[in-house]
Amino acid sequence: MSDNKQVTRTNTSSGTEQEQQRAVLPAVDVFEDAGGITLLADMPGVPKDQLELKIEGDALLIEGGVQALTPEGLEAVYAEVRVPRYRRSFTLSRELDTARIEANLKDGVLTLRIPKQAHAQPRRIAVTSG
Amino acid sequence: MYESILNHPNSLFGQFERLRRELDDVFGVSGLPSGIRSVTPGTVPAVNVGHTPTSVEIYAFAPGLDASKIDVTLDRGVLRISGERASGIPTDNAKVQVYTRERGAGSFTRAISLPDDVDPGQVNASYRDGVLRVSVARRESAQPKRITVQ
Repeated sequence: MSDNKQVTRTNTSSGTEQEQQRAVLPAVDVFEDAGGITLLADMPGVPKDQLELKIEGDALLIEGGVQALTPEGLEAVYAEVRVPRYRRSFTLSRELDTARIEANLKDGVLTLRIPKQAHAQPRRIAVTSG
Repeated sequence: MYESILNHPNSLFGQFERLRRELDDVFGVSGLPSGIRSVTPGTVPAVNVGHTPTSVEIYAFAPGLDASKIDVTLDRGVLRISGERASGIPTDNAKVQVYTRERGAGSFTRAISLPDDVDPGQVNASYRDGVLRVSVARRESAQPKRITVQ
């Protein structure tokens, strides 16, 4: 159940009505290696078609709605997850290549790979003597 | 009784105590009985429980698990969900720099008391999009019945 998802790139400030919906922050792990930054986000209950990734300038927005799981006639007895929406945004830095972001959603975990621009990758500088 | 002797209403501690009670009133902690197996908010995985006329439905929000390694048991009316999650952060690479580490890793168990009318013989569990759904049927005798008036 692994799906790759296209990252939407927009330049307009859309989705103002969505921003008014309540949402919780998903737990994330963020780490960096020589090639780029990897972000893992826990978004249980979010199917691929309810996940939205947006890049506006250097801002990355992650948003996902929890699919209504409830069968007919369900009466809630006890609920720890009350807000069925996750939202979190990050500011990216300039050396990251937003055109080549890869996103994968599997078992409620979103994995984003944000590579660095080719020229921003570390280079060893040879020192010559003499 | 001791409380009333020790806490003078206008002392500093008395004021703190009043503030605590007011907060408890606002957040609805004080006075409400809580389940013997209830846990602190923020315990992983989060669980929602609901029931329909024919079944009790439990949803555990446990992302990133291997479905074959989730252990679900039902014993004397207590449903136990346990599993283990590996950390997504690579540990073998010394060059990895970690900025945020919020996603928990390791093993977990949650226990949920079910009502008396469930049928332990009819349990279904499925894992989808990181949510484990356990559906336990209720006994037919517990389901609402229409009685014909003679």
